[in-house]
Amino acid sequence: MLYVVIIYLWAAILLYLLLGGADFGAGIIELFTSPKNRKRTRKVMYKAIGPVWEANHMWLIITIVILFVGFPEIYSTMSVYLHIPLVIMLMGIIARGTAFTFRHYDAVVDDMQVLYNRIFVYSSFVTPLFLGIIAGTAVSGKIDPHASTFLPAYIYSWLHWFSISVGLFTVAICGFLAAIYLIGEAENEPDRLRFIRKAKQMNVAAVLSGGLVFITAYLEKIPLIEWIFGNAAGLSAIIAATLSLVLLWYLLARGKTRVLRLLAGFQVTMILFATTVRHFPNIVMLKNNAYLSLLEHSGHEKAINMLGMALLLGSIFILPALFYLIYSFQKKDPEKLRPSAKG
Amino acid sequence: MNDFIAARSQMALSLGFHIIFSCIGMVMPFFMAVSHYYWLKTNNVVYKNITKAWSKGVAIFFATGAVSGTVLSFELGLLWPTFMLHAGPIFGMPFSLEGTAFFIEAIALGFFLYGWNKFNPWFHWVTGVVVGISGLVSGILVVAANGWMNSPSGFDYVDGKYINIDPVKAMFNDAWFSQALHMSIAAFVATGFAVAGVHAFMILKGKNVLFHAKAFKIAAVFGCIAAVLQPLSGDISAKDVAERQPAKLAAMEAHFHTGKSVPLIVGGIPDVKEKKVDYAIKIPGLLSFMVAGDLNAEVKGLDSIPPEDHPPVAITHYAFQIMVGIGMLLLFVAVLYFIALWKKKIWLERRWLLILFAAVTPLGFIAVEAGWTVTEVGRQPWIIQGIMRTADAVTPMPGIVYSFYIFTGVYISLAIIVVFMLYRQIKMVDKIYDIPSNSDQLKG
Repeated sequence: MLYVVIIYLWAAILLYLLLGGADFGAGIIELFTSPKNRKRTRKVMYKAIGPVWEANHMWLIITIVILFVGFPEIYSTMSVYLHIPLVIMLMGIIARGTAFTFRHYDAVVDDMQVLYNRIFVYSSFVTPLFLGIIAGTAVSGKIDPHASTFLPAYIYSWLHWFSISVGLFTVAICGFLAAIYLIGEAENEPDRLRFIRKAKQMNVAAVLSGGLVFITAYLEKIPLIEWIFGNAAGLSAIIAATLSLVLLWYLLARGKTRVLRLLAGFQVTMILFATTVRHFPNIVMLKNNAYLSLLEHSGHEKAINMLGMALLLGSIFILPALFYLIYSFQKKDPEKLRPSAKG
Repeated sequence: MNDFIAARSQMALSLGFHIIFSCIGMVMPFFMAVSHYYWLKTNNVVYKNITKAWSKGVAIFFATGAVSGTVLSFELGLLWPTFMLHAGPIFGMPFSLEGTAFFIEAIALGFFLYGWNKFNPWFHWVTGVVVGISGLVSGILVVAANGWMNSPSGFDYVDGKYINIDPVKAMFNDAWFSQALHMSIAAFVATGFAVAGVHAFMILKGKNVLFHAKAFKIAAVFGCIAAVLQPLSGDISAKDVAERQPAKLAAMEAHFHTGKSVPLIVGGIPDVKEKKVDYAIKIPGLLSFMVAGDLNAEVKGLDSIPPEDHPPVAITHYAFQIMVGIGMLLLFVAVLYFIALWKKKIWLERRWLLILFAAVTPLGFIAVEAGWTVTEVGRQPWIIQGIMRTADAVTPMPGIVYSFYIFTGVYISLAIIVVFMLYRQIKMVDKIYDIPSNSDQLKG
């Protein structure tokens, strides 16, 4: 059952990155869109993420619950040493979630909308940035459980170039996912072309910031290259992701939306796979080569078993419903499909 | 303020904020489903407008409740890492099930809010009902987790170690049922009276009377039924607390000395140093009767509990008095309303009844907050009753005071924005819903 729980943990992180990421990305795209196009972009985005954004958000809660029930030591260590970036990320989540809903449901449309928008776009940038910083810190080996003063214990653990570049990489990936997703949601040609251009820009940004991750890893003596390229599984995942990039650019020129989405999802999955497979079962690297392992630092057996059961049971309810939700709102002009419906 | 107090204050603030939003998010879908049902049955467009107006409220409260709930799931670790290190695997079961319930709620809400005209009308209606049921279930599960802190079970505590863990037993701890029952009914009372109060106020102002009158009735009936049931669940809770947490009961009642035939203390100012209560009304033997069903039964006072394990008496006592007082007042309003519905229809057209409802708008939520204070402050100094002290659970990170200030700022601004938005929603009823519109599209 422990492996079932670990698979769910990985899947929840992946789905949060993919679905929540596309969601964050919508705000990032808005941030990097010229003011004259913003209104149009926003309109497409609303329609696209409105019905699903609350659900996307749930993957984070699932991740947290799996951590504190199944791996309490990992959860509490991260809570203590990453307190500050976690709080900043939480602020981002609060600001973003509420601003999105407020601008959507405010009965009056006036200057308040400008405020909601501003909060939404900036927090859409800050949240994945800190999510990336937290992920980068987890594997950086810079958390020092023996540090006794404030700065080394609570600041230097996460504030370094490597984690920041992972943060920027995460932001770029979110933007990229959103742009790819929105290509298929655009209702007219100019919108579509704009999202294709955005997807290209975000893809370049992701490649560049990905390179930055390697450079900072080298400078901070984090053996990232060895991690990723030192084993067959990681290496093949990265090669597959790189090759699919060529296909992606080819298809971008042709605008095949469904294949594009699958490809973008595939690339992000491969990146997460490559970066996690080498570490498994370790998840958090501490200073002096100590680590927290999913196998050795898991919670009590009975708790893990019950958690596994709860997750399996939950999936039976959630996955079909979620799939139907996403599917239902993909259809074009559904009103026309059911002319007789009253409501 | 030191870091420990700051951590407790931040937790109290976050919970206090979350609880209001989640109560409304949990209960309003039921109101919405009722009016939606009337719309589907009667084709009266007013009901459809009410459903749509309420659904916007649900969306706002759901979003705010969801983000503040997410924050709480992190704060448990950020503020109380030692607690979570041990408690996580034991009381995590209801949280993992709650994750499922909440996920279903989010999905159903997506269907409901964006599904007008997209689906079979009855499928659409069901998604609204699912929002309510899954919300209620997740509320019950979270309270079950809190119940475990009051009544820890499902493990053995030996030499500082937590062994023989049984998450199912922990979930079905002794406190879960009475707490979940009391809290769920409280959510219906608070939300019912709050929503009814707002609509009553609008009727008094003479705005969109048809719309507000129908909305008022749905909310008022829910709130009043719950208000009548609440004293019963309160009685179950009191008996439970007396058995499980005598220190909490003693603090609630400011009951200092163990004795037989103990009076029920109403109001008053507890004097902790002198161990007495000034200016209180004492009803002879009633506490003994309420706790044990016997006017002469012995009830443990604070003197039977070591001083270092005493909860703060004054706060717990005042909070308890406020909760019970409001509960009684709302029960009275509920009884009046039912008399009006069944016997004195003429009262329904009287302004005083509406004024009464408008006046009690916020009281249910004050009672909810007070009740929550009783549960949480009354458990101190324990974070896990009898096992782990709150002071031993707090994060080692210094500077929590600043974190508390930041969260306070954020929650206050959010509360202001939400109130401001509700004000605008209500103000716009005129323009959006007064004229029966042919456009079925839910405009964003």
